Amino acid sequence: MARVIIPTPLRKFTNDQASFETNSSTVFEAIKAIAVAFPEIQKHLFDENDQIRNFIRIYLGDEDINVLDKEQTALSPNDELSIIPAIAGGKD
Amino acid sequence: MKELVFTPKALFDVHRHLISTYPHEGCGFFYGKIGERKEVLDVREVKNQNTENPERAFEISGIDYVKAERYALENNLDLLGVYHSHPDHPAVPSEHDLRYALPNFSYIIVSVIRGEIAATSSWTLNEENKFIQEQVFEYEEHEIKNH
Repeated sequence: MARVIIPTPLRKFTNDQASFETNSSTVFEAIKAIAVAFPEIQKHLFDENDQIRNFIRIYLGDEDINVLDKEQTALSPNDELSIIPAIAGGKD
Repeated sequence: MKELVFTPKALFDVHRHLISTYPHEGCGFFYGKIGERKEVLDVREVKNQNTENPERAFEISGIDYVKAERYALENNLDLLGVYHSHPDHPAVPSEHDLRYALPNFSYIIVSVIRGEIAATSSWTLNEENKFIQEQVFEYEEHEIKNH
């Protein structure tokens, strides 16, 4: 099964579970499966059109899925997905 | 809201890093354990990816975030939050900081004035998505000057 690492700030919606195992065959299905298992996380991962939110990025191993097949990137057993929130700021 | 308690080395490492990046903003992650207080045991600096305006803004790459979560899991630590500096500016969060803030993270802001540490503060979001300040201590229990 593929493993999805839940980002720390969202773990309060997964009962502090740090990772999620899934048999999903694509990235989109895997992220959707998390939202089905933990409904409170849905709005943090998906917008009102059920698309993965703009400011969330997904990495497969060390690669951004945007340089692969995006949300339709195929998953293999032993793959590791990471959900990445945007981290930025500054004095203005 | 919980207090943040630093080991002296962790706080020294944050300050040393942010002095070295002055007059640019520096940034990194900090790790530890959450109990009655948030204990900051380890810090890891990362590169500020904002090349347009690094004196006034910071940005952390996706791969650095992936590595930060991995580091926490591998070392059995909690990823507690993000630190960054405000060069020649107070240690209070900006609208830009608020726009990117995530729930359940702590945000340490260090004011670096003319290359020297002036103040260290920590902030977290409340239920209304507004910043509230967390008290910051070193292990010796001396509260760090916030303003």
